[in-house]
Amino acid sequence: MSDKPTTLSADATDTIDNTQVAAKSRSYWSTVADSISRDPVTLAFASILALIVLSAIFADVIAPADPYKTNMIKRLKPIGTEGYILGADELGRDMLSRLLYGGRLSLMMGISPVALALVLGGILGLVAGFLGGKVNMAIMRTIDVFYAFPSVLLAIAISGALGAGVTNAIISLTIVFIPPIARVTESVTTQIRNLDYVEAARASGANAFTIIRVHILSNVAGPVFIYSTSLISVSIILASGLSFLGLGTEPPKPEWGLMLNTLRQSIYVSPWVAALPGVMIFLTSLSFNMMSDGLRSAMDIKL
Amino acid sequence: MTSPLLHVEGLKKYFPIKGGILNRTVAEVQAVDEVNFDVARGETLGIVGESGCGKSTTARLLMQLIAPDAGALVFDGMEVGRKDGISVHDMRKRMQMVFQDSYSSLNPRLPIEASIAFGPIVHGASQKDARARARDLLAKVGLNPNQFVRRYPHELSGGQRQRVNIARALALEPEVLILDEAVSALDKSVEAQVLNLLTDLKAEFNLTFVFISHDLNVVRYVSDRVLVMYLGKVVEIGDVDAIYDTPRHPYTRALLSAMPSMDPEKRTTEPPLTGDPPNPVNPPSGCRFRTRCPFAEAVCAEQEPQLRDAATSAAQSVACHMAGASSGHSISSEKGLPE
Amino acid sequence: MFAYIARRILYVVPIALGVTIIIFGLVHIAPGDPLNAVVPPDAPKETVELLIVAYGFDKPIPVQYFLWLTRAMEGDFGISFATGRPVASAIAGGVVNTLILATGAILIGMTFGCLLGAIAGYFQGSWIDKLATGFAIAGVSVPHYWLGLVLVIIFSVELNALPAMGMGPGGSKDWAWDAAHMRHLVLPVITLSVIPIGIITRSVRATVAEILTMEFVQTLEAKGLKSSRIFLHVVANAAPTVLAVSGLQIGYLLGGSILVETVFSWPGTGFLLNDAIFRRDIPLLQGVILVLAMFFVFMNLLVDILQSLIDPRMARG
Repeated sequence: MSDKPTTLSADATDTIDNTQVAAKSRSYWSTVADSISRDPVTLAFASILALIVLSAIFADVIAPADPYKTNMIKRLKPIGTEGYILGADELGRDMLSRLLYGGRLSLMMGISPVALALVLGGILGLVAGFLGGKVNMAIMRTIDVFYAFPSVLLAIAISGALGAGVTNAIISLTIVFIPPIARVTESVTTQIRNLDYVEAARASGANAFTIIRVHILSNVAGPVFIYSTSLISVSIILASGLSFLGLGTEPPKPEWGLMLNTLRQSIYVSPWVAALPGVMIFLTSLSFNMMSDGLRSAMDIKL
Repeated sequence: MTSPLLHVEGLKKYFPIKGGILNRTVAEVQAVDEVNFDVARGETLGIVGESGCGKSTTARLLMQLIAPDAGALVFDGMEVGRKDGISVHDMRKRMQMVFQDSYSSLNPRLPIEASIAFGPIVHGASQKDARARARDLLAKVGLNPNQFVRRYPHELSGGQRQRVNIARALALEPEVLILDEAVSALDKSVEAQVLNLLTDLKAEFNLTFVFISHDLNVVRYVSDRVLVMYLGKVVEIGDVDAIYDTPRHPYTRALLSAMPSMDPEKRTTEPPLTGDPPNPVNPPSGCRFRTRCPFAEAVCAEQEPQLRDAATSAAQSVACHMAGASSGHSISSEKGLPE
Repeated sequence: MFAYIARRILYVVPIALGVTIIIFGLVHIAPGDPLNAVVPPDAPKETVELLIVAYGFDKPIPVQYFLWLTRAMEGDFGISFATGRPVASAIAGGVVNTLILATGAILIGMTFGCLLGAIAGYFQGSWIDKLATGFAIAGVSVPHYWLGLVLVIIFSVELNALPAMGMGPGGSKDWAWDAAHMRHLVLPVITLSVIPIGIITRSVRATVAEILTMEFVQTLEAKGLKSSRIFLHVVANAAPTVLAVSGLQIGYLLGGSILVETVFSWPGTGFLLNDAIFRRDIPLLQGVILVLAMFFVFMNLLVDILQSLIDPRMARG
């Protein structure tokens, strides 16, 4: 937390007329925005990420070809082939178009589990941290059990049992990310709950709901949000990984992990085309990681 | 004395210590044990004692921020938390608290105006009225509202933040203000300014103070009466002059003799307290002070001394065998401690 | 401290039970009748009835769980309906092969992670620090199944230097300490080691940087100790963290190896899982996950105990 008091004036000059500076008061968020704007690395990766997300959203406008249109003559054409800038896949479909469209599913499957887990795990952690006692015990011990699985294993176990499909993959990844988010939320909430300003709020007669809304949420949200953004990178890799194992979406849908899987058979014919979907996964995951790191240091959050 | 504004009876709080293989409660810290006292309307009661003696726990118990294990709190003749008494919610409107750490007692994400206005809004004031009140109070505590309303806690100095905390506590128009080491963390010069501010505010709003501090000089300066705590117990209570001039309890004497003084007349040759206070998990039997008391005898280990009026003055009570006649202590005399 | 260790060991019991409940529950979240999950669709009627009784599907769920648990504790995970053989025997072979992979990866991960992390932490802010942290972030951001594929493309397809698939010549499923098997080990181990390198580098760097700011190090400097000697002090103080992170990584590698094993057709637990998913062989899925999860639970326990022995401060948590 940014609990380092930056004293503007020495206490010794703390006189009744307060003659010191009337500099414009700056809220926490404007300080954060300022700090990010002076961080070129974070800005660069944020731009890459924006580019990836926008090109996925506007894939139907910018893609040069139909991502489903097969062409047996153009099968596995290498990168740089005329009309196929990034080559063609094992069914002769334009790689560039498929990569652009593929971003839609891959990003959706990667981001939505973290978003869902942020809501569900956040509520669990907030309740456990604020109420403490037996409720905390019950929630946190249950979460410990899920924590006893390595994340990849848990995702595969649930997905494997539920069967293939985008919804099932999202459900299993959400279950994977609820425990870590709930843990972080609980620990931050517990810390803040014991601070004097929460005591002061209780002393002024506010009920639990008001205290959570006004005093806890605003201070818990930042660290938990940052932590969640750092999970998106893992989530993107895992979501595409599930598709890679045949547990995510099904052909012929364009999705980076699934594309990697189907092109795997062709690495002896057209090796570098086969590697392209992975480049996208890598770039996206790396950008999320760098952005999360940049935000974290700008917000001065230590987890 | 007319009926007190605040009457505390048998207040007790033990904190459990978990441990062992099954993480059961293995022991208890006897933080506050059977504490009784009254606070009259308009007075300042100072509470002193070494750190860990239960001063802050007492403050939090008074505010009902932690639930007591036993004991009753009567506010203005109404018992707190009882159907036929006063609810905790209503009591908190009339009694407020200022904490020691000026930084952690303000929400870092809220401008100070919102922090001050929070209480009135909780109690049903409109946004506009609450804000107006916040500006009003800022001026009252010596901070120019035009400069400060939109500021955040990290942009203020320690003294300024504590002024904001005082304004926040006053926002509900309370009758009692509990000041838990409220000036202890401030520089000496700032401390004096804030103390003067408190004195002025007390007169202006007809406040009653419970002033908790480890600083004997400050307590003497602000208090009408003083309560001395040792290991969760009240050892002596009385008018400020009686306590400072004729302390009856050996602990009070030791505390006062350790107090730095500029007046060579007041310098005592009495031995200062040695060692740390015993563990409150397992306090000594009988009188809790006996392990550090130069006058301890067998009776001190056997019987717990009760708080009783000192013979010399009705405005002073002390919990020491030496103060009571026929207690079994060899120095037991009407006068209490030998001079 | 021994109370802490005893408490920590006792705490494994409810966790392990919870893990078995989740794994048992997998049968019930699988779509359709749980019977379909454990009985092959083409099984004769008598077999089906026999299995209903054996699995206790005619009994209430808690009884079913208890039956399943007692059988699992005896090492009986049911019959794989892909092979018709007991699941346990298939798992045993797979676990050994996965452990070979994971051990290799953690050794590389620890070596390079400590080295990179220590250098980066010691020369904080220098170009070498930036390089190491950049590498570490890339390591944790890379989809390792893709990295495996890229390595295959470079070293097998383009350079034809290393084998791309399997554990040994001729689809060997039993490890042998010969050159042919070692050659097969290179690419999957490198692939798998990238994540532990990244994570260990990050935590070692943070730990070393933190220790360097502590007063005892400044005292050593003031005493005129050579920087190489100071470095030794720092390393000694960073050891518990490195141990904890590395221990946990072994557990993650066991779980995470499934994707890499798929890429390299490595006959380990990941390969078994893949098989189980592909054929919807739930008993096999349950068995493999149970073994891996238990391994992870006990790895966590071991790390906590070792850490409390090395650094007594931990035991007070």
